[in-house]
Amino acid sequence: MSFLQQVGANTIARIAAVGRAGLMLSGALFAAPKLKNVSLTVRQVYVVGVQSLLIIVVSGLFIGMVMALQGYTILVDYGAEGSLGPMVSLSLLRELGPVVTALLFAGRAGSALTAEIGLMKATEQLSSLEMMAVDPLRRVVAPRFWAGIISMPSLALIFSAVGILGGHLVGVDWLGVDSGSYWSIMQSTVEWQKDVMNGVIKSLVFALVVTWIAIFKGYDSIPTSEGISKATTETVVFSSLAVLGLDFVLTALMFGIE
Amino acid sequence: MNKYKTELMVGVFVVLTIGAILLLALKVANQTMSSAGDTYSLYAKFDNIGGLKVRSAVKVGGVTIGRVSDIHLDKDDYTPVVTLNISTDYEGFPDTSSVSILTSGLLGEQYVGFQPGFSFDGVEDLKNGDYLQDTKSALVLEDLIGQFLFNRGGSDD
Repeated sequence: MSFLQQVGANTIARIAAVGRAGLMLSGALFAAPKLKNVSLTVRQVYVVGVQSLLIIVVSGLFIGMVMALQGYTILVDYGAEGSLGPMVSLSLLRELGPVVTALLFAGRAGSALTAEIGLMKATEQLSSLEMMAVDPLRRVVAPRFWAGIISMPSLALIFSAVGILGGHLVGVDWLGVDSGSYWSIMQSTVEWQKDVMNGVIKSLVFALVVTWIAIFKGYDSIPTSEGISKATTETVVFSSLAVLGLDFVLTALMFGIE
Repeated sequence: MNKYKTELMVGVFVVLTIGAILLLALKVANQTMSSAGDTYSLYAKFDNIGGLKVRSAVKVGGVTIGRVSDIHLDKDDYTPVVTLNISTDYEGFPDTSSVSILTSGLLGEQYVGFQPGFSFDGVEDLKNGDYLQDTKSALVLEDLIGQFLFNRGGSDD
């Protein structure tokens, strides 16, 4: 009986948490925007986006290089090394760009967001803001949320672009694939709407999910040191799982059925 | 000064993003240029379209002049009707032109081969909405093998 009770209590607690997350999001988004908050958002784009730039560029470069190297050794057996360009660019634009960026973003920026907001809560900065009649949702949550939504698709685009250049570096400059065929077969295969835009839509969805989870976990954390550490871990785990699961659903919707 | 530095770095971030978009648009996808042009539609009825798909290329001598925009079945005589969207850069093909469904390479994808006909007096140009009369269907491997076996059987007698 007590087991059943626990299952029920857990379920109710989870559903209530989802409800709190929805309320937090709507409170942050549908509050009347203030001009002052724009500069707060720019500040957060710096923290969330610009400071993630290094890890995104470096991993994009290496992932592109590795894919070119792996793809070349297989494709050259069939004399099809000209298809290296489409292989690298399609896998980056459709899958690896949005997904790996979202995973890195969850680890690099999401955990930081959770820890920051969690510590604000633990040190009662959020309550102090409320005491001063400043809505913490508008002042603290909304700029971080918008910064995540702006930064992550941008980072994913940079990731894909750098990865394609990295593939060019290894494939063309090192292994000797013809530069013309690398680009021209890529151009005839990659479609703006189907490949690039669907990748952008994917990364927008991932940005929403990752930023939402990160901010909510911080906002909803138990205000102790253990609570914040648990919230930070949960942010990375939950958002990674959500990204990978959603990626399958989105891929099935976008590319699954012709 | 610190705030200025933040804004500068965010500016660099935005510039990098725009650079990535430009690279993807112009160098990787190359779609913005070609799809922007005006097109006109021609229709062609085939007996069998094989593996032709929407967005397959329409080529004259290997040069892509348009794409297949729609494939549907005619409700009256149940034959496939293929809509070809041809760029207005290439207008004025004569009415005697023919189309056939070809395959690029041994295992490549199928495309529509457009063969401009001879133009002499009394032959009109193809205009938007016209039907191409002279069409050759896709080669279906099974039919070909069947024909081959049939012919062999005949010559042995």
